[in-house]
Amino acid sequence: MEMRSEKDISGCSLAGFISESGERISGDVIISSIAVMHERGNGLGGGFAAYGIYPDYRDYYALHLICDDDKSREQAERFIENNFYIECKEPIPTRNVPSITDPPILMRYFIKPMVESGKEDDFVMHAAMKINAEIDGVYVISSGKNMGAFKAVGYPEDVGVFFRLEEYEGYTWIAHGRFPTNTPGWWGGAHPFTILDWAVVHNGEISSYGINKRYLEMFGYRCTLLTDTEVMAYLFDLLLRRHRLPVEIVAKALASPFWEDIERMPPGKRELMMAVRSVYGSALVNGPFAILLGYRDGLIGLNDRIKLRPLVAARKGDMLYIASEEAAIREITNPADVWMPKAGEPVIGRLKGEIQ
Amino acid sequence: MSLSLIQQEFVVERDDEKCIRCEVCVRQCSFDVHTYDPEYDEIVTNDSRCVGCHRCASLCPTGALVIRRSPLEFKENANWTPGVLNNIYRQAETGGVLLTGVGNDRPYPIYWDHILLNASQVTNPSIDPLREPMELRTYLGRKPEKLEVDMTDEGPRLKTELAPQLKLEIPVLFSAMSYGAISFNAALSLARAAEIAGTYYNTGEGGLHRDLYRYGKNTIVQVASGRFGVHADYLDVAAAIEIKIGQGAKPGIGGHLPGEKVTGPISETRMIPVGTDALSPAPQHDIYSIEDLRMLIYALKEAVEYKKPVSVKIAAVHNSAAIASGMVRAGADIIVLDGFRGGTGAAPLVIRDNVGIPIELAIASVDTRLREEGIRSQASLIAAGGFRSSADVIKAIALGADAVYIGTAALVAMGCHLCQKCYTGKCNWGIATQDPYLEKRLNPDIATRRLVNLLNAWGHEMKEMLGGMGINAIESLRGNRLQLRGVGLTDTELDILGILPAGR
Repeated sequence: MEMRSEKDISGCSLAGFISESGERISGDVIISSIAVMHERGNGLGGGFAAYGIYPDYRDYYALHLICDDDKSREQAERFIENNFYIECKEPIPTRNVPSITDPPILMRYFIKPMVESGKEDDFVMHAAMKINAEIDGVYVISSGKNMGAFKAVGYPEDVGVFFRLEEYEGYTWIAHGRFPTNTPGWWGGAHPFTILDWAVVHNGEISSYGINKRYLEMFGYRCTLLTDTEVMAYLFDLLLRRHRLPVEIVAKALASPFWEDIERMPPGKRELMMAVRSVYGSALVNGPFAILLGYRDGLIGLNDRIKLRPLVAARKGDMLYIASEEAAIREITNPADVWMPKAGEPVIGRLKGEIQ
Repeated sequence: MSLSLIQQEFVVERDDEKCIRCEVCVRQCSFDVHTYDPEYDEIVTNDSRCVGCHRCASLCPTGALVIRRSPLEFKENANWTPGVLNNIYRQAETGGVLLTGVGNDRPYPIYWDHILLNASQVTNPSIDPLREPMELRTYLGRKPEKLEVDMTDEGPRLKTELAPQLKLEIPVLFSAMSYGAISFNAALSLARAAEIAGTYYNTGEGGLHRDLYRYGKNTIVQVASGRFGVHADYLDVAAAIEIKIGQGAKPGIGGHLPGEKVTGPISETRMIPVGTDALSPAPQHDIYSIEDLRMLIYALKEAVEYKKPVSVKIAAVHNSAAIASGMVRAGADIIVLDGFRGGTGAAPLVIRDNVGIPIELAIASVDTRLREEGIRSQASLIAAGGFRSSADVIKAIALGADAVYIGTAALVAMGCHLCQKCYTGKCNWGIATQDPYLEKRLNPDIATRRLVNLLNAWGHEMKEMLGGMGINAIESLRGNRLQLRGVGLTDTELDILGILPAGR
């Protein structure tokens, strides 16, 4: 597989929802939602991330891998065995779907790192970076707890059937249909992109990719998946987990308000925003984007600072829905409230209840 | 005195039919090229004195004058060029070090002209800066690695205290040019233009004239090896302090303001007697090591109670990257790299033309090195040295600079014609002179407007280029080398610049 560009350019469809009360919902719901936006993709990538799907292994990191062949799988397993306790190891269950061809080896491992407590997340993050960068033909698709990513080359509705997603139940689901204009035929290049339990699906192109990538490299992240979206996942990991910034502030770092608007803010807020922009300027994601970010505690939808990509949100009861098109939401619910989030204004859904 | 073998550089052609004997040229030329002979009602020209500053031709009301390069009829020789021969003749006649002004004029590679910018097509809309916000604002100074924010009932509140920052509405500052090297009116024009454009000018090592204190919030004051004009008020009035270690035009060399230029006001500003030579030593004699630099940085920070950023300026030399890393760790809030094309009021020709490295390579290697060490955010990076256009600035920022200093371009905006004779003090344009008769030729109101116009024009152009790339804030271009492609560069040069070749 030849990789021609460091950066991938893509169009795409997004859909996602969260049950803030923690109710777990079957994967066939998200499949029917994303399937409505078939025309926004071109069959060169579809994927899902789901939260709350592994209740039996909720304390273990669930490592989803794609491996080109047995040799690379064995190499990865040696690395995992040397660094983690493996509670369970199994192929990710799939079924034959005519349109999904040449699948790589798909494996999952429920593991705990051999490291003192408090440092597990960083250890897993670096391990995932190391596998992606250094083990030929192996890519970590997801590495969070009680969550998983499923992605392939194909239309998302076929990918969902391929991965038997109707057998999983999650409180948050996000989905993606892809329209790439280069790097076709690459399973690792489908969305979502993840690190730990952060999973991002993205519609857009990141013009600031060059600096976002170099900024992340200063913090030990390695961008190896040949597409601009992965920087989103790493930026969230850095700002939310490692820098412990509130979600609202992270959204303002990635999709900053304009200086002229900052000048008009009340004192206090103005200084805060000035600091966010001057300190996190290299994390500003410039160019058109709409993203959904799934994580352990919630679901975030975010647009670029001048809203160059569509994003619609809706609520019904304790359900929050976000998608590229309203039709994708109406396909699966009859929402009480539908709105268009403003440029740079995050839509935040928070898990408030116990996962059921 | 024996016959001089030095060949004249220019020929002054006068169209006698157009010449009305108004004697403007006679009065304007400080090099005494033109003299009026009343007996024959004729203006006599001594071409050999012409420096090519175009003052006479520019002011001639009838357009009677044309200045041409002298057709030096030496036998052709690729090695022994006319310039080389003239330099040898000059040294054989004087036994001295050859002096010159302005930056390196030799045909070394100009990497800016081998770097091309990207633009958006289809997948990413380009942005029209006339219709959408387009942001050039830049903050210079030390940034923390991360912010701490408290969540309160009234919303998030900033906990981290930021180090002092310089706020620039356009990432272009006026480079260090001392009052002494340039005239008061030139310094005044730079100060006023910086205030209007929302940027900064730099005093160089000339001290700060009292009449310029009112522009303090747009002033970066320099502390250099001679410490001329450095005192408490000088530090207090400024927005930032710059320690000058080196200059791109003369790395490793000190400065020399001849006594003739040390007039009353210069003497007062520099705190030296009238008519004495102002000699800046090559090194700062309290800085023989990186730990010494650290002491001076913190001495200055203490002096201004940590309320102003302290920058350190070095000439771009072979190991700039390692030096820059040390400077950041020594506490510099801003690093200034001055490339080998940087200008000067006076420098030995052999130094100007043979020492230092191109700023393009220096920006790239320093930015890369600081990132590898994870300390890039601890200091801002200003690049200097021969920036000619907004495109050069944009490319420098994409390579990794936060902002750019312009000196020569600012002088040209005020009227400089790059005759390279700044060191003579006879600048016909009233810029690099202390002669009251010449100095008053520079009208500070006009010069200010021309400088502001230049910055505005570059600002518009930078916004167009940014918008074309689909970027609406300058920080998304800073260090974003994927927006650059090289043409006609070797693999090694591409590797150092950290850019891909065009077509890939």
